[in-house]
Amino acid sequence: MHLRRNKDEKTIGLVLAGAMVLSLAACGQGNGGSAQDDGTTFRIGGIGPLTGNNAIYGNAVMNGAQMAVDEINADGGINGVQLEFDFQDDESDAERAVNAYNQLKDWGMDMLVGTTTSSPCEAVVARSNEDNMFQITPSATSVNSIQYENAFRMCFSDPSQGTASADYIAENGLASKIGIIYDSSDTYSSGIASAFESEAQAKGLEIVSKEAFTGESNTDFSVQLQKAKDAGAELLFLPIYYTQTALILAQADTIGFEPLIFGSDGFDGILDVDNFDKSLAEGVMFLTPFSTNSTDELTQNFVQKYEEQFGGTPNQFAADAYDSVYVIKQAAEQAGLTADMSASEMCDALKTAMTEISFTGLTGKDIQWGADGEPQKAPIVVQVENGEYQILQ
Amino acid sequence: MSFLSYLINGISLGSVYAIIALGYTMVYGIAKMLNFAHGDVIMIGSYVVFTMASTWGMNPMLAIVVSVIFCTVLGVVIERVAYKPLREATSLAVLITAIGVSYLLQNVALLIFGAGTKSFTSVVPVPALRLAGGALTISGETIVTVIACIVIMIGLMLFIKKSKSGQAMLAVSEDRGAATLMGVNVNRTIALTFAIGSGLAAIAGVLLCSAYPSLTPYTGSMPGIKAFVAAVFGGIGSIPGAFIGGVLLGVIESLARAYISSQLSDAIVFGVLIIVLLVKPTGILGKKINEKV
Repeated sequence: MHLRRNKDEKTIGLVLAGAMVLSLAACGQGNGGSAQDDGTTFRIGGIGPLTGNNAIYGNAVMNGAQMAVDEINADGGINGVQLEFDFQDDESDAERAVNAYNQLKDWGMDMLVGTTTSSPCEAVVARSNEDNMFQITPSATSVNSIQYENAFRMCFSDPSQGTASADYIAENGLASKIGIIYDSSDTYSSGIASAFESEAQAKGLEIVSKEAFTGESNTDFSVQLQKAKDAGAELLFLPIYYTQTALILAQADTIGFEPLIFGSDGFDGILDVDNFDKSLAEGVMFLTPFSTNSTDELTQNFVQKYEEQFGGTPNQFAADAYDSVYVIKQAAEQAGLTADMSASEMCDALKTAMTEISFTGLTGKDIQWGADGEPQKAPIVVQVENGEYQILQ
Repeated sequence: MSFLSYLINGISLGSVYAIIALGYTMVYGIAKMLNFAHGDVIMIGSYVVFTMASTWGMNPMLAIVVSVIFCTVLGVVIERVAYKPLREATSLAVLITAIGVSYLLQNVALLIFGAGTKSFTSVVPVPALRLAGGALTISGETIVTVIACIVIMIGLMLFIKKSKSGQAMLAVSEDRGAATLMGVNVNRTIALTFAIGSGLAAIAGVLLCSAYPSLTPYTGSMPGIKAFVAAVFGGIGSIPGAFIGGVLLGVIESLARAYISSQLSDAIVFGVLIIVLLVKPTGILGKKINEKV
């Protein structure tokens, strides 16, 4: 018995050693290959959830970025250099995102479009800062997602959304008594909620109820709604995602509570929920950087092409990712990037160029960046009317 | 008045936990295994109804029947393929397999139906009951769920007490070895348990999604875990215990959210669970079984 076990262990050891040798060989080959290619292309990496709860966002980012890369390549590339694009799944998990980042680095990534969601982005930005790798996140909204100088953002940050929402409500006199329901287990939601609360108070709006839920109990909102109703809220501010919003709308309807609903960009997509009763969303307002209903040519072309290529209407995540790749293009042209530069040299050049450019794309006009990486742009407010998104001015 | 409406909210939440907990507790009581895939069978059952009724336009009641049959078969297949080969293995191995099956089902659903949320059309034709001039509302879903819970609970207890297969289940749950010696076909009995448990999951899924009409591949997992807690709370293995545990859990959650803190409600629920288990380790209605050595 004992002898046999030894023999087994030996066999396993041999197999493992063999596997290691093979994988090392594979590694060497991979590195050699990428070093060779490095001089001829720009390699853009992308990270986001392709599976799991937030898969819809990662897939949108991947599709949007891929579309931009294909267009740029067909158009002759950046400074005459073709792009390569590789997108890795992180399941919206910080640890997996770091693994994905390392994998992309092994592939020879020159710059990163990512990550898609906030918590993974906070983990990855620490690494990309160590490596001095240029990073632009299309859609991670938390403040710390871009806390280092190598990182920039395409979308609004959480506090800026909260502040902009409160300003809009106050300036247009939508309501004076406001209830908030937010997800306390989510940095996006609680970040917007607290910025909204302080700005609302500064503008003289009254917060009559502020109730939380958590990721573990995000289907039953009857108590939170009842409290808002009892407190006499005229407007319900919901800095949350559309999955929960759909439930809140249905449950508010059940208890006969009909406040004005105002939300954040997480609402985007609510009308696309399969089989959703659109009459429930009638009158709902939310901030968004992108609307498929914009009549400008750029948006219309993008929407049409996206529908043809991937089926389904693009959401703001796809638009943010599409813009991110074009921002890289504009900054790279400004900086005169060449393919033989190292990723760190590119980052230094892009960092400076980012503060110099003024970008117009799907998600805003004349967007400019500060050295802190935050974009300066005007939000769009959208309202649901007759089952369609309408842009309010 | 607001206390009453919070109480009603709690009962409607609890009745959903209870109906899921019935399936958990039944499988645990007889097969002595925690079927963590139960929540995901619920999700699959809901997708079946959604596809039949909303996509293909089938009569909702017929769709529920199809879903029950589908889930029953699914439950038996899962048991046959994933759990039966592990009958003699440690309970830990079975537990891990169940978690594996749970992930498998979630990812299969993700592959087939995609990650997007589907809005489930309620199949409950009962209108909401409005009391006290509209200040109190009891939704039709709540009424139907509570009634369904009670009917299923009584049905299961009668089935186990009166029918031959039910007696076999009782025998298997008390002593599997002795039951085999007495000529009870243990494998068939356990397969039947899974069949019934999974059929119930289909009904629970329909009621869950009618009450909370958003369907994703992860719809079943959190209610599944809460229902498991409810089953432990009420005494796992006890059928009335699952009902009481589920309703109590919902009421505590709702009242904690209303009067203490909406953020801490889960912490309070689980705190109460710990206290109950410290005082009565087998749960509210759990029986203490003296193991003979």
